[in-house]
Amino acid sequence: MTDGDRNMKSDLRLIGTAMRKVEGLDKSMGRALYTDDLVFPGMLHGKILRSPHPHARIVSIDTSAAKALEGVHGVITGQDMPTTYGVIPWTPDEYPLCVDRVRYVGDGVAAVAAVDEDTALRALELIAVEYEELPAFFDPYDALEADGSSPYVHDAKKADWNGNITKKVHLEFGEVDELMDGADIVVEGEYFFEGTTHAPIEPHCAIASWQGGGGFERPSGESSGKLTVWSATQVPHYLHRELARVLDVDQAHVRVLQPLVGGAFGGKSEPFDLEFCVAKLSMLTGRPVKILYTREEVFYAHRGRHPFHMKYRTGATADGKLTSVDAKILLDGGAYASFGLVTTYYAGQLLCAPYDLPAYRFDSTRVYTNKPACGPKRGHGSVQPRFAFEVQIDKLSDQLGIDPIEFRRRNSIGSHTRTINELRVTSNGFLECLESVERESGWKERFRKLAFGRGLGVAGSTYITGTNYPIYPNDMPQSGVQIQVDRSGRVAVFSGASDIGQGCDSMVAYIAAEELGVPLDYVRVLRGDTDFTPVDLGAYSSRVTFMVGNAAIDAARKLRSMVQEAVAEQWDVKPGEVLLAGGLALWASDTERQMHIREAFNLAEAKFGTLGSTGWYNTPKDVHGEYRGGTIGASPAYSFTAHVAEVDVDVDTGFVEVKKIWVAHDCGRALNPVLVEGQMEGSAYMGFGEALMEEHVFKDAEHGRAGLHDGPSLLDYRIPTSLDTPELESLIVESIDPEGPYGAKEAGEGPLHPSIPAIANAIYDAVGVRMDRLPFSPPNVWRAIVVAREAGMLRKPTLSDRADAQTSAPESVATPEFVPGD
Amino acid sequence: MSAATEIVRLTVNGDRREVGVPTHFTLLETLRYVIGLTGSKQGCDKGDCGACTVLLDGEPTLSCLTPVWEAEGRAVTTVEGLASVEGPHPLQDAFDLNGAAQCGFCTPGILCSAAALLDRSLDPTRQQIKEALAGNLCRCTGYSKIYDAVEAAAATLRDGTGPAAASESSRPRGAERTVE
Repeated sequence: MTDGDRNMKSDLRLIGTAMRKVEGLDKSMGRALYTDDLVFPGMLHGKILRSPHPHARIVSIDTSAAKALEGVHGVITGQDMPTTYGVIPWTPDEYPLCVDRVRYVGDGVAAVAAVDEDTALRALELIAVEYEELPAFFDPYDALEADGSSPYVHDAKKADWNGNITKKVHLEFGEVDELMDGADIVVEGEYFFEGTTHAPIEPHCAIASWQGGGGFERPSGESSGKLTVWSATQVPHYLHRELARVLDVDQAHVRVLQPLVGGAFGGKSEPFDLEFCVAKLSMLTGRPVKILYTREEVFYAHRGRHPFHMKYRTGATADGKLTSVDAKILLDGGAYASFGLVTTYYAGQLLCAPYDLPAYRFDSTRVYTNKPACGPKRGHGSVQPRFAFEVQIDKLSDQLGIDPIEFRRRNSIGSHTRTINELRVTSNGFLECLESVERESGWKERFRKLAFGRGLGVAGSTYITGTNYPIYPNDMPQSGVQIQVDRSGRVAVFSGASDIGQGCDSMVAYIAAEELGVPLDYVRVLRGDTDFTPVDLGAYSSRVTFMVGNAAIDAARKLRSMVQEAVAEQWDVKPGEVLLAGGLALWASDTERQMHIREAFNLAEAKFGTLGSTGWYNTPKDVHGEYRGGTIGASPAYSFTAHVAEVDVDVDTGFVEVKKIWVAHDCGRALNPVLVEGQMEGSAYMGFGEALMEEHVFKDAEHGRAGLHDGPSLLDYRIPTSLDTPELESLIVESIDPEGPYGAKEAGEGPLHPSIPAIANAIYDAVGVRMDRLPFSPPNVWRAIVVAREAGMLRKPTLSDRADAQTSAPESVATPEFVPGD
Repeated sequence: MSAATEIVRLTVNGDRREVGVPTHFTLLETLRYVIGLTGSKQGCDKGDCGACTVLLDGEPTLSCLTPVWEAEGRAVTTVEGLASVEGPHPLQDAFDLNGAAQCGFCTPGILCSAAALLDRSLDPTRQQIKEALAGNLCRCTGYSKIYDAVEAAAATLRDGTGPAAASESSRPRGAERTVE
């Protein structure tokens, strides 16, 4: 590793240490501004009228009484914005407000802007919508098998598909059937992952301000205006593009600002109705308009984890080598496509590491149902299959009498290799992760040896560090960063990266300080404004540290060279002998020869003129399989994780207490270990919540109105409190990736994956009961215990257990055959 | 069409305020939208998340469930009122140094709950910290770093020093070498 390497540095001084966040004190002092904290003169408040029906035609909408109400300044319906949008360019299937049909309880049909929130709410009550109710689809199998006797959720996308099908993927690698037939052991399992939602503590909020005329013209010369939107979004660039397209405003006249975002986790990674509605209402009224979702609306906006019905067959040799994997997956997508095309691929494509799979086939089908749309949640598309597969591996190792950590070790795919589906793997610290959790949890002394009711379980995983291909096809960089330095020694970093709490604003500051040798408090990060920051594509797919970090190194190195050259000239030494560090420029041969960094910057400005630079990063484009879908899942680097969970199971109540989770994660290099640990712990916590508590479910006709959310509040949808959350121990593994910034890879999503299967496997170690459906809530666990007890299988498994040890939850989900995709 | 408005007299972070508010306003709405103290957050508006927690006569209180009239004649302290002119409250500094605030949206409420805990005890056990924060949901951290921060702040307050241990390791290496 030398400075000559594009993304490495041999004498790291700040990187790798615990540092403050650039906005850390603003947050703890109460100064940090989020979207709802902003108020503008004359600002109106908007509200959206939402459908009470899961599926219905809109016969008519009468807004006249609402418009007549004093204090109401604007009312809009779907007819005012009759253009579909969607984050994936191939599947725009949503209107900002429904035009002729509603597809879930909560779909927006009209919006108002009024002097205050109370008036806006009163106006909603005055809007008369006549609906013609339609039969609705709630079960994904019903949706898949529908025969057209009632209207599908959408129009058919292909001639031989029914209109409830979003996407089908069928991919096959290697001799799946032959190797399955030749396996010494084959384990079959059916798994069900109930949907979960992000539940960020900040509800979605957006404000728009339209300046009509005023010299803003279309290319045709026709008078237009400038649209400014503030939004709690994690994708300002995609929002920018979609606002311009849907509202027919020149992209150059749209400005998107992103105040601080109060959590997102994938739940704010596409445009939402409120952003279009505030924009249109501002264009209509000429005044700033704000809409803040209620917590109930956040639950209906959803885009959370898809319910997955999964069926796996996994073959292995007697000495514990995987031979063949065959998977069938049905995704319950809800009413709209969202990122569903990608989710359908990810459901299969991201399984091919950290284990070497000699053969692999998956059928993955996503269907529409009349429920809030599912989308990307932390660990997009791969958390559900990872749960199923890691339990499959636990069953295999159990039946073969092989320690499950040893089983995983034997199948590790290794570094600098390709997966069966032709994804390029570079650095890989998976074995170190396994060793770390094995050692720290006392695995060898305690696995299968704890008292009945107490158990340990292990699971592993991998995740992408960004995607090699952007959402809309283009050859431009994925990330850009601009840096300027001034005569005071201050460094200004212009970054378009979306800080949603994970710390990427700080990350670019750390890199600028590291490279330019200034103290961290000399760096200012200017962010969250498409008017002055270079494009970054957004905070999703765990891409930010890797891509924006590399762009920041690129920009900073260009400036550093100029400063070194100017100082070298002054000292009559070689530029490579000038170090920038600790607020000084120093001569490497004699560090007593030094000057303040400000002086060094001034020399460079005198020599080169005003100092500024741009840096960028683009992904490798030639490292994927040459088959349709081969680019999906291709990433510049993969992170690796292993967890061990320890549980205590109460067989009388079915209550599972998770005592502790050991989290080992290969993040390449921890640029700031405090922030990396925060991502690891937050991920493990979120997975723990999904394992034990969280269920995003809807009422049926027998228990209320069909399609109504079962409990759209943070009291009814239970997320873990401080008293619920287990002890979490972070174990950072650094594999130093050859292409990451100083070797860094992602840490924000990978460490979620193993939580759930590690807990499932620990429950088995505790009481001999397999949990193949989520969540592991007391009723579900208790029912499985009852069945196991009746079968005489409620007991501590032993290290040498064989196939007869298998028991299953009684309500393991039936998985009917469905037609493979195209 | 606005609702009836009346004058309410409040003491917020030591300032006596008289403001006109719609009669149905909560303390949170008054703080955020009338007085302009936006530090206290609205996460659910129904008492589930704790992001709106403020101190009412020193007691952690959900300001989104508190009619503003109930705060009359009592001392309201928000996150903006924890610091002094010398700088942040040790809890605020410790939250930054320990990575206890990721998105930061729950942080103001958690700080108020934690400040009330440290008013009662400067040596809380981890279980006492968990219990004190059980009404404040955090979706980012898994709570571990928050416990670390509260313990670090308690140590600082006990010693009467700055947040020493954490801040030493967190100072950028090399920063002390800056010459003026």
